Amino acid sequence: MAEIDRSLLGVWGPETTMRVETGKIREFARAVKDDNPAFFADDGALAPPTFLMTIALWIRDLGQTRSAVKLDYSRLLHGEQEFEYVKPIRAGDVLTFRSQTKDVFEKQGRRGGTMTFVIGETEYRNQHGEVVAYTRNTAIETADAVKE
Amino acid sequence: MSGRFVPGATIPPVVVENLTRTDLARYAGASGDFNPIHHDETFARAAGNPTVFGHGMLTAGFVARCLTNFVGAGNLRRYKVRFATRVWPGDTITCTGTVTRCYEVDGQALIDGECVATNQKGETAVTGTFTAAVPAGA
Repeated sequence: MAEIDRSLLGVWGPETTMRVETGKIREFARAVKDDNPAFFADDGALAPPTFLMTIALWIRDLGQTRSAVKLDYSRLLHGEQEFEYVKPIRAGDVLTFRSQTKDVFEKQGRRGGTMTFVIGETEYRNQHGEVVAYTRNTAIETADAVKE
Repeated sequence: MSGRFVPGATIPPVVVENLTRTDLARYAGASGDFNPIHHDETFARAAGNPTVFGHGMLTAGFVARCLTNFVGAGNLRRYKVRFATRVWPGDTITCTGTVTRCYEVDGQALIDGECVATNQKGETAVTGTFTAAVPAGA
């Protein structure tokens, strides 16, 4: 069973800042096979809906997720992913982002054993200090090793 | 508001045919998710899988394309996905959805909907929900 430090829930981790790059947007849009011209503009290309995955990757502390809950990564599944879009994100924007563990709860697995659900949230602000998006992910530590 | 954005309206499907290992490698590079289970055949087999399989977020990206085609780039307000069965090289993925609700907040017309990605056997790979702004003039 996962070890949980509830005092760290809701505590924001350190901030990371990085620029949204035209080339990365194009590379990502091509990878998800989305040829919408808005993503290929020479100037101020729009970031595709799931592009923030490429930003969240660079967070220095994954939302206290790793400090609030000690998880067994061999039993970890990505259960859900949510994006909340507040303002458009474009190439050239400089995003500052931070994460927190919002909630942790346990459920009985269908085949016995305890499953642990960890909800992490990342907040993104632009160079004007405006919140542009939130991403929320649900990680599930399964009762048994992950397999089909 | 036109007939496209009414409850029960079907979102035109996006079909990705014959997913390749190169598609998975390209998404690994683009997203930065280099979990070897998605590109390293030896690693994937040692972990008990018949071969490498697709990133859940790659399928979620295909579904997002389907939604963007429907509502226009920049109009999504919320998008949430849940991962079900995995997708494999050779799979054909069909993404579609349905409008479930139309309403207004502070003068902005919005829609809620459900979306889904299925493989060629009809199995669900990803299910999702979304909220989008109805494009001006629609």
